[in-house]
Amino acid sequence: MDNLNFILPEIFISLSLMFVLMLGVFKKNSTSIVYNLSIISLLIVLFLVMSNPINSNISIFNNSYKIDYLSSLMKMLSVTSAIFIMFISSKFLKKNNIYKDEYPVLILSCILGIMVMISANDLIVFYMGLELQSLALYVLASFNRDNILSSESGVKYFVLSALSSGLLLYGCSIIYGFSGSTNFLIIQENLNSSNYSLTFGIVFILVGLAFKISAVPFHMWAPDVYQGSPTSVTVFFATLPKIAALTVFIRILYVPFFNLIDQWQMIIIFLSIASMVFGAVAAIGQRNLKRLIAYSSISHMGFALAGLSIGTNEGIQSSIIYILIYSVMNLGFFSCIFMIRKNNVYYEKIEDLSGLSKSHPYLSFSLLIILFSLAGIPPLAGFFAKFYIFLAVIEKSMYFLAIIGLLSTVIAAFYYLRIIKIIYFDNEKEKYDIDHHIALKISLGVSVIFLLFYFIYPGIIADFVSGIKIIS
Amino acid sequence: MINIGLSHYLVLAAIIFTIGIAGIFLNRKNIIVILMSIELILLAVNINLVSFSIFLNDLSGQVFTLFILTVAAAEAAIGLAIIVVYYRNAGTIRVEKIDNLKG
Repeated sequence: MDNLNFILPEIFISLSLMFVLMLGVFKKNSTSIVYNLSIISLLIVLFLVMSNPINSNISIFNNSYKIDYLSSLMKMLSVTSAIFIMFISSKFLKKNNIYKDEYPVLILSCILGIMVMISANDLIVFYMGLELQSLALYVLASFNRDNILSSESGVKYFVLSALSSGLLLYGCSIIYGFSGSTNFLIIQENLNSSNYSLTFGIVFILVGLAFKISAVPFHMWAPDVYQGSPTSVTVFFATLPKIAALTVFIRILYVPFFNLIDQWQMIIIFLSIASMVFGAVAAIGQRNLKRLIAYSSISHMGFALAGLSIGTNEGIQSSIIYILIYSVMNLGFFSCIFMIRKNNVYYEKIEDLSGLSKSHPYLSFSLLIILFSLAGIPPLAGFFAKFYIFLAVIEKSMYFLAIIGLLSTVIAAFYYLRIIKIIYFDNEKEKYDIDHHIALKISLGVSVIFLLFYFIYPGIIADFVSGIKIIS
Repeated sequence: MINIGLSHYLVLAAIIFTIGIAGIFLNRKNIIVILMSIELILLAVNINLVSFSIFLNDLSGQVFTLFILTVAAAEAAIGLAIIVVYYRNAGTIRVEKIDNLKG
């Protein structure tokens, strides 16, 4: 019974999710209560996750659920970013008339799914977490239901995501058949690389996961869904499911399939190179900021995958640092997008930023920092994220991957710099409202300060992450 | 008489799975057909899991199947709801007409 303490965050979030849902159903006009209660319950969940000893290494429910350093860290990261997202998106939801009871409930259930995915140590548990997360995301994508773009993005995300979980399940069934168990540890013991059908299983599972983090060639849903869904959901799409899917990547590649590294290493390297290059090239012609951030996230996921392809603990740690800094950059960027508003209209075209520096100097400076950091220009945090990845890649002397990564960084810098040029050197176009929500200012300030002053003591996060030792 | 063994079930599941995938990509008319194809994919996985479970004499495959059945029902419900919402806005559910988002 003692071990149940370790899943207290999950128990609490599911109870509060049901309570909040009931409250929304039975009490009239309770949207703001429901919304604020869910933020409070997320704060409590964060506290509960932190109160577990971070160094614990515990498996519960017949080894199917694992609480270790990786899971605690990723849960903290995902719950923290969820709290920030909830904070910054309330005003956007109100202005767009989608401030409804269901929204926080869906967010909470999505986070429950993400936490289950992060801790999963069994194919069944992993699949249930994944589905809980994606079922909530289908609805969230089409949440602005009177808008044709939003409902279309819901349809697209539903079809492609259901297809990808079908492929993933087929892979799971093959792996189950050849190893005789769904538990990751037992799979690791029973697998030997002499069997070619196993490669099929691994490929199917990797395809399903690559869909979730939108790695090329399974990225086709990302730009459409990012553009169509409400912006508050886009920022959700851009951070949380990627954190969860990356953790599952780490767990699946390095626990059950670690002995088969020869078979999956080339696949991951291919996914990584294709995502880095495609994300950089395809973003050049984009006019819509949300679409642009979709391509940029494809490219960033390529870098995170490059860290995973190496097969060392350093590689894993570098991708975790990468995803952490990436989430901070995304939160800051979307806080800026939420600020570009006039009366009740939010603008999301790149041309709308034209000459922003004249009327909004602070906002433009924050965007400048965030975009430079996304492009990976020293001494901002985005540079260190890429630096750790390249360091880990070069230590294993995979020079080809490093060179391609560097080249794609150069290409990607072009479109980030173009936005900065439009902000600072183009003619002034429009003056936006300046009465911003305090939460927007806080989250933008936090992310800009983090990105700006990360270089003073970069070891603080590296030390924190260095406790992750998946490969023993 | 041929003996029906594990491989027959696996081939059947693989065929159904392929039909499902092909149904998603070849279909140009109706989203409902895509929903049916997704169900076919999940059913193929179920056949796979149950036959492996019998073959291995291990119950967890059948447990997995029950979970998949539940999730498939939820997924179909949400999928239909999204399609209804889309139909209200666009007035059509023809697959080739779903092209408002591009660039």
